[in-house]
Amino acid sequence: MDNKTPAVKMRNITKTFGPVVANDKVWLDIYRGEILALLGENGSGKTTLMNMLSGIYFPDEGTISIDGKDVVIRSPKDAFSLGIGMIHQHFKLVDVLTAAENIVLGLEGKLDLKAAAEKIRAICDAYGFEVDPDQKIYDMSVSQKQTVEIVKVLYRGADILILDEPTAVLTPQETDKLFAVLRNMRDDGKAIVIITHKMHEVEALSDRVAILRHGQFIGDMPTKRTNAQEMTNMMVGHAVTLNIERPVPVDPKPRIEVKGLTVRNIEGVVKLDSVSFTANSGEILGIAGISGSGQKELLEAIAGLQPVEAGSIEYIEDDGSREELIGKDPLSIAEMGVTLSFVPEDRLGMGLVGNMDLSDNMMLRSFRKGRSLFTDRRSPKTLAETVVRELEVSTPSVSTPVRRLSGGNVQKVLVGREIAAAPKVLLTAYAVRGLDINSSYTIYDLINRQKAEGVAVIYVGEDLDVLLELADRILVLCGGKVSGIVPGRGAKKRDVGMMMTKLGGNG
Amino acid sequence: MKKTREPLIHITKRGELRWYQAWAIRGGAILLALLFAGLITTLLTGENPIQVYAAIWKGSFGSARKMWVLGQNVAILLCVALAVTPAFRMRCWNLGGDGQMLAGGLATAACMILLGGKLPNAALICLMLVTSILAGAIWALIPAFFKARFNTNETLFTLMMNYIAIQLVAYFIIVWEVPKGAGQIGIINQSTNAGWLPQVGSSKYLLNIIVVAILTVVMYLYLNYSKHGYELAVVGESERTARYVGIKVDRVIIRTMLLSGAICGLAGMLLVGGTDHTLTTTITANRGFTAVMVSWLGKFNPVWMIFTSFLLVFLGKGGSEIATNFGLSSSFGDILTGIILFFIIGSEFFISYRINFRKAAEKEG
Repeated sequence: MDNKTPAVKMRNITKTFGPVVANDKVWLDIYRGEILALLGENGSGKTTLMNMLSGIYFPDEGTISIDGKDVVIRSPKDAFSLGIGMIHQHFKLVDVLTAAENIVLGLEGKLDLKAAAEKIRAICDAYGFEVDPDQKIYDMSVSQKQTVEIVKVLYRGADILILDEPTAVLTPQETDKLFAVLRNMRDDGKAIVIITHKMHEVEALSDRVAILRHGQFIGDMPTKRTNAQEMTNMMVGHAVTLNIERPVPVDPKPRIEVKGLTVRNIEGVVKLDSVSFTANSGEILGIAGISGSGQKELLEAIAGLQPVEAGSIEYIEDDGSREELIGKDPLSIAEMGVTLSFVPEDRLGMGLVGNMDLSDNMMLRSFRKGRSLFTDRRSPKTLAETVVRELEVSTPSVSTPVRRLSGGNVQKVLVGREIAAAPKVLLTAYAVRGLDINSSYTIYDLINRQKAEGVAVIYVGEDLDVLLELADRILVLCGGKVSGIVPGRGAKKRDVGMMMTKLGGNG
Repeated sequence: MKKTREPLIHITKRGELRWYQAWAIRGGAILLALLFAGLITTLLTGENPIQVYAAIWKGSFGSARKMWVLGQNVAILLCVALAVTPAFRMRCWNLGGDGQMLAGGLATAACMILLGGKLPNAALICLMLVTSILAGAIWALIPAFFKARFNTNETLFTLMMNYIAIQLVAYFIIVWEVPKGAGQIGIINQSTNAGWLPQVGSSKYLLNIIVVAILTVVMYLYLNYSKHGYELAVVGESERTARYVGIKVDRVIIRTMLLSGAICGLAGMLLVGGTDHTLTTTITANRGFTAVMVSWLGKFNPVWMIFTSFLLVFLGKGGSEIATNFGLSSSFGDILTGIILFFIIGSEFFISYRINFRKAAEKEG
């Protein structure tokens, strides 16, 4: 591996977006037969750098060379002809077409699906993928779609592959499968770059790590010679502790009792099937499950946003009196005096208004207050300033539209607003998705503080390692049914993973 | 080794510009547009562009009367633009401004014809005001109801409501035609002036201008500072977010469209009762559509819309002035308007993006 010429040499790459310097004279070498983990916090410029390699952006300055030859990558097409392929976080597939049709889509030359299917099978056999070329995309799971994306890139002859947070949507078992495939490709001499925030994945998979911070290249080293703590410190720029606290719940009392909850979506598909559980005050109830197992519907049903077919959701006051939440919309739930905060999965599409500034977004929850025809602009502004200060939101000002903020900062604004309402119940969906380590720990901290104040927290998460460290109890959903509820302390990742894919989890 | 080349131009996004930088770009665009339009004029017609510009200027400011007409036209256009803007901010494309104005105008004319002389004038005018606002509101309520209830497409629905309004007006013109067989109503209550809006100051146009000026301020406050204005902006940005915070989306859609139609109805009354004193199927002069442009160009901001409605009316007047002065086709005015609008709209691109050219003198590294 040593003394080889790099497959990709990026030198002095600079890219600015208006006043924002996304990449500042970045150097990066990518070698064949190696898996490189590209690390950095949100907004550190990882995706921007890779987008320049794959032809989506053009660098303001700097040079890129492939196998020692200087190249200019003006478009994704240029990138493909140089053997560079990127698998994006959001899949770019046509739902109604088959895998094979998607894979050949946009290629020049005669359309021969039979030959294409042959070639796809050959690629699959070589690396251990499981793809049926004739299966339609809409019939596929998230992990199958991702496989199609990877095969698509390989089909076009890519031997330098970039994967942007590929495991964010996968179960532990699917992640293992993906890693096996990536290792096969590495052994076949391909160069692989993976962008991820999950330290244990970096340690398990990569051969070398490269770290960016604030758009600058900090350093690279073999993975074997470093550890999670050192990498994190380099990413953040100072020492951070990597333990998630889990204080023992103080005086937990039932707060939300869900019984026999059944929900169908608009197409009539059962998304939740007689789900029953109790969420206690002062406790974090983690919800685990493959994405799309009914997590969204569960939270939205409690928040009054999802029509319910059967069952009951009761809110239990401190004095033991009960109120039914089903059939009420968010406004009437609030008018009942139930302070229920909800951090939804879709931050900019549901929790916030992207085009409005921080103050106006703070107002979403409170603008009705008072009798005046006009809105009170001062208190939301004060709240925005408080949130910015206390949660260290990096923003030019409180009058910046939130869509301009990076993912982590958007989430801080949303969580900050929801917590400011001093809730009794806090629902969070994928609270740290796409967030870097530093922001993630800020969020865990905030959630733990809510728990300490006696809030009943329902935490839907995708990172099992985090759920196992953070939650007091874990409810595992599988296909809309409760697969089991286990105590967070002492739960095994393997067991929970099994419960996610099979009811009861005995496999 | 083949020398690699940077692309000749590449486009990057700018950061926030200061307001004066943005306006400098817009101003530059207008200057360029005038130069280009002048060039086209000379090439196509052989006229001296300076004289053409002078004629355009005279079209609006040539005489006191022309200035009043300019004011009146700007006011009515702005009024319709103010009417459609709340709906636009809610991302609800009310293209039915014409129909809603006609509905308001029809209600006004009905009051004037049927009740003129039978009611005290003040009561008649109050009734005209109420019925025209109601008529416009109902004309907007129908598509709004179907949008809120069944998520129908408001663009097509409001458009079709325009044609219904035109046919309805055409029908009543025959009912009320004077004299029989003339196919037109003529001036309503010419002798009694019943239902004519009172003249304020020296011109019959002043009242309309004052009403619209007040409306502009009210609408600005409503959109930017009221709870309703906030709600409709949230609904426009994301219905999901609106539901999430407990805003009743259906109610906001209906309420906003009612407001939109009501103001269009008012504009119809200002036209029929205030200045024209008659009703024709073309009385709106397509203002319901021009208003769409005014609102967009003014970025849905009532204050900027004053300038954009002025610009459009000014260019229109100038166009017809040069057509008569130089014996050109009236389409020539439209060509000039088109050129100028093209430059203004195009300048927005340069406000958001910067174009980088390949550095010519760059040496090999």
